[in-house]
Amino acid sequence: MIETLKALGEPNRFQIVELLRDGPRPVGEMVDRLHLRQPQVSKHLRVLSDAGLVDVRVDAQRRIYTLRPAPLQELEVWVERYRRLWETNFLRLDALLNDLQTKELKGKKRARTKRPVRGKGDHR
Amino acid sequence: MTTPGNLKLTTRGDREIVIIRAFDAPRKLVFDAFTKPELVKQWLLGPDGWSMPICEIDLKVGGKYRYVWRRDKDGTEMGMGGVYREIVAPERIVATEKFDQSWYPGEAVGTSVLAERGGKTTLTQTILYETREARDGVLKSGMEKGVVANYDRLAKLLEKA
Repeated sequence: MIETLKALGEPNRFQIVELLRDGPRPVGEMVDRLHLRQPQVSKHLRVLSDAGLVDVRVDAQRRIYTLRPAPLQELEVWVERYRRLWETNFLRLDALLNDLQTKELKGKKRARTKRPVRGKGDHR
Repeated sequence: MTTPGNLKLTTRGDREIVIIRAFDAPRKLVFDAFTKPELVKQWLLGPDGWSMPICEIDLKVGGKYRYVWRRDKDGTEMGMGGVYREIVAPERIVATEKFDQSWYPGEAVGTSVLAERGGKTTLTQTILYETREARDGVLKSGMEKGVVANYDRLAKLLEKA
């Protein structure tokens, strides 16, 4: 997964993965879309391929790249666990905030009913 | 506006994690829940079975905070702390963070921003690691221990057996 993150951590490679999400594409098309030179795109594709993020097939003169979903799914599982931990914390926080608001509301009501009592001078 | 209860988690660039979550409460109250020890101790606990025996907060710029968690069944403890860099009550907190048994170099910086609308509050929490290597290192240590979900500020230590 570190390989996946390293590969995705470079903005141009991230863009390539974004492009491939819509479906397989030949290298030439990615060169046009990314405004990069062909050798740069090829270099990035090699890194993505080494990280297992893309597959390539040759169709006549064209090299066509496809996204491989497995590493991205692994990343998703990892993010999901992180998310779940915070969700556990935040569900507890929801309950706490609810308690605090209920208490605040009761406190205000009590203050309202107490005021005339205090006025009579027998509160202290 | 995010719907209360709906947590969004994303990474930004190669050094940050961003968490967005809305709460059905005014901002002042959420700010209190993040900064008053007696309240923090009630929710910032990670998985069930852990408590927070130490929660010290010196809420001023340059002030320190310290958290220690304990797993009740076997007494395993872990701690973290840091220094407040910015405090704008009740809307913004920036603080450094470092775990006692840190598995990554340098400190991380956490920024929490609270925005209120219609009595509901949206929290945007960003954790910025010093280097990409730090974030990757955190991941690596987690992988070695067989823990997949290991670069979070709590999960890492909380889930360490």
